[in-house]
Amino acid sequence: MSDLPVLTHDVLVIGAGGAGLRAAIEASARGVSVGVITKSLLGKAHTVMAEGGVAAAMANVDDRDNWRVHFADTMRGGQYLNNWRMAELHARESPARVLELEAWGAVFDRTADGRILQRNFGGHRYPRLAHVGDRTGLEMIRTLQDHGVHQGIDVHMEHTVVTLLTDDGRVVGAVAYDRERGRFRVFHARAVVMATGGLGRAFRITSNSWEYTGDGYALAYEAGAALQDMEFIQFHPTGMVWPPSVRGILVTEGVRGEGGVLLNKDGRRFMFDDIPENYRSSTADDEAEGWRYVTGDKAARRPPELLTRDHVARCIMREVKAGRGSPHGGVFLDIAWIRKHLSNAPEHIKRKLPSMYHQFKQLADLDITEQPMEVGPTTHYTMGGIRVDGDTQMSTAPGLFAAGEAAAGLHGANRLGGNSLSDLIVFGKRAGEFAAAFAKQHTPGRVNDDQVRAATGHALAPFDRGTSGENPYAVQRDLQDTMQDLVGIVRNETDMKQALEHIARLRERAERVGVGGNREYNNGWHTAIDLPNLLVVSETIARAAIERKESRGAHFREDHDRKSDAFSAFNFVLQKGADGAMQVSRVPIPPMPDELKQVIEENK
Amino acid sequence: MATQTFRIWRGARGDGRFEAYTTEVEEGMVVLDAVHAIQATQAPDLACRWNCKAGKCGSCSAEINGHPALMCMTRLNTLPAGEPVTVEPIRTFPHVRDLVTDVSWNFEVKKRIKAFKPRPPDAPDGTWRMQQADIDRVQEFRKCIECFLCQDVCHVLRDHHKHDEFVGPRFYVYAAALEMHPLDTEDRVDELKEAHGIGYCNITKCCTKVCPEHITITDNAIIPLKERVVDRFYDPVSRLLRMFK
Repeated sequence: MSDLPVLTHDVLVIGAGGAGLRAAIEASARGVSVGVITKSLLGKAHTVMAEGGVAAAMANVDDRDNWRVHFADTMRGGQYLNNWRMAELHARESPARVLELEAWGAVFDRTADGRILQRNFGGHRYPRLAHVGDRTGLEMIRTLQDHGVHQGIDVHMEHTVVTLLTDDGRVVGAVAYDRERGRFRVFHARAVVMATGGLGRAFRITSNSWEYTGDGYALAYEAGAALQDMEFIQFHPTGMVWPPSVRGILVTEGVRGEGGVLLNKDGRRFMFDDIPENYRSSTADDEAEGWRYVTGDKAARRPPELLTRDHVARCIMREVKAGRGSPHGGVFLDIAWIRKHLSNAPEHIKRKLPSMYHQFKQLADLDITEQPMEVGPTTHYTMGGIRVDGDTQMSTAPGLFAAGEAAAGLHGANRLGGNSLSDLIVFGKRAGEFAAAFAKQHTPGRVNDDQVRAATGHALAPFDRGTSGENPYAVQRDLQDTMQDLVGIVRNETDMKQALEHIARLRERAERVGVGGNREYNNGWHTAIDLPNLLVVSETIARAAIERKESRGAHFREDHDRKSDAFSAFNFVLQKGADGAMQVSRVPIPPMPDELKQVIEENK
Repeated sequence: MATQTFRIWRGARGDGRFEAYTTEVEEGMVVLDAVHAIQATQAPDLACRWNCKAGKCGSCSAEINGHPALMCMTRLNTLPAGEPVTVEPIRTFPHVRDLVTDVSWNFEVKKRIKAFKPRPPDAPDGTWRMQQADIDRVQEFRKCIECFLCQDVCHVLRDHHKHDEFVGPRFYVYAAALEMHPLDTEDRVDELKEAHGIGYCNITKCCTKVCPEHITITDNAIIPLKERVVDRFYDPVSRLLRMFK
């Protein structure tokens, strides 16, 4: 036995954002012991950054809405590469999950008759996003956190997992260290839920914080689980661009949902210039109709600013490249213009978008009720991730489940805004439920000491090299430059092959990183440990993106700039081969039941 | 490019000193940017806790030039020009290392406050009805990002170390959000008086001043809770009535 302390839980949840907390609550409610590992303090996960709302077809604002429309919207947004079973479950179950949050104390904004208010969002046919101003994610994580702490869940704050432990292919636990003292611990579990969020830190411009280094994807991959759809990275169209220190910080789509418009430097509302064929019939003809839509006229169609995020991001890039951008390389997002229609516009904006108002006031000296914001695309979300079964959320590695951004499937080639918060609670619950069932049905697996020793040895190696080794921050920065410049919003084969060469060289440098000091809360060491994960996920993105020789959803190839039917019926799946090399394969999407086909047809 | 000197607290478990670092600064930079720049080039093992870098998660609380603030929301151009900027950990909780403090006490305190307990649903479909006007004040409290700056500045904790008898402004805001929630049926007034020590607060409003979410902690949360305690325990009429119960 290794001499490390061993902590035992029936279900171990890695990650404490919305999905992890919801999974932990569910597993605990089903009578198993639950431990949660979180890289940060409880309640700080990126869920707090979600602003616009949680999508659920409750039909509180527009009674034409129902799960069928939500399902069809989600599939259309995902360009039909979605796991249709997940899209169906998500659309059917999200209303109940939202109401559950209310029963646990969440305080959503209200309709005039006292029900949960819902707002418009890109790609959603009807007002569907339950929200709390522009801080919906905070409301959600706090509700889950406060509910969870009374459930007897053990929370291990500021712990980072360095490896999953496997027993003959089954995942049976993890090795983690606590940031405060740098001590390693073995977490022995009958089932593990991966709820680690995304990988935004692989890119230079991102809305993600330091935590999002793709840990869950890389840990699962190394443990033998399959990943899929890694080529689909969502670049949110509106991140801050000025001043430089805030570049990438999210500007909620809610600004556009409340009537904000995108303008180029000539004041032209350029989103009207390019409306994709499959959205033409549902897009407003002119400004007047767009305004009627955002103010609740059910006969009006949505303004083009609320088209899917990939399309809006590319239109912004086009304006910038054509020299029609704003002074700092973005475009203008103007909400102040609604003064034309509303006499109390400043108060209205501050009430509907309070944190946006403060964010710009404090960080950019700009009053959004008076002036337009400067915005540009920012790396925001990973549609791909751990390949899971649609019903149970179990990965291809037995005993390992995944939920939220860590899992793939629901969003296909592109995610609609608002579908991530609902994803967290729908599939967080399912992952917790089925992980608990798995834990009840299985005896604990064996912990392999060799795996433990290998992981801790590798994690500690940077101290042996000391400060004469490579600087971990520099390696991370160079990787971010590579991904941003060569595997970003607009891609081509030459660039991406070059990116793979860079990644190979960066991997060699990562093997040479060194850190000084000791193991107590050493950010340099933490950065060094995150590097291998970032490198694995960067490679998966580049390899899958090279293979997808078409443009679809969030993936845009300038050398294959059309969608191709040849790529419409399978997902790219990535797995670690027996020789240790990354294997990419095409796995067909199972045929959709006629009932669901019918739903899509009737909502075309 | 201009440069700026930062005096950053280095050391572990209370044993530390200021160390000076000079780094380049550019327009719009916040204190956290400077700390990151110093970390990346001069002091890789500098301990600092942060997450969202947008004032939404409440991780990067520190004392900047002696004032409790979020590092990510403190722009350098709001600090005195040409003078070194001091950055220290929040001082009310045990020091871990450099800018990081052990704030786990706060998470333990929260467990002691009775959970939300809603009334039965209002409609047959299991939903409730609430008017926006009735939830506005609760939504103010629910803006809290748990940065614990209010706890840091509160003299009952900071100077008098009443951590065992007093839960601090953050948890009065939390209790107020529950007590004033239109659906909640739980009663927390007895605990507020006894175990949670609300009487120690002498409404100096320091907590309100440092709140990055601009929650009017003292006026909107603490004083109304104090009134509930007073109504129950010190109102002469209700005391008289209780004698006859």
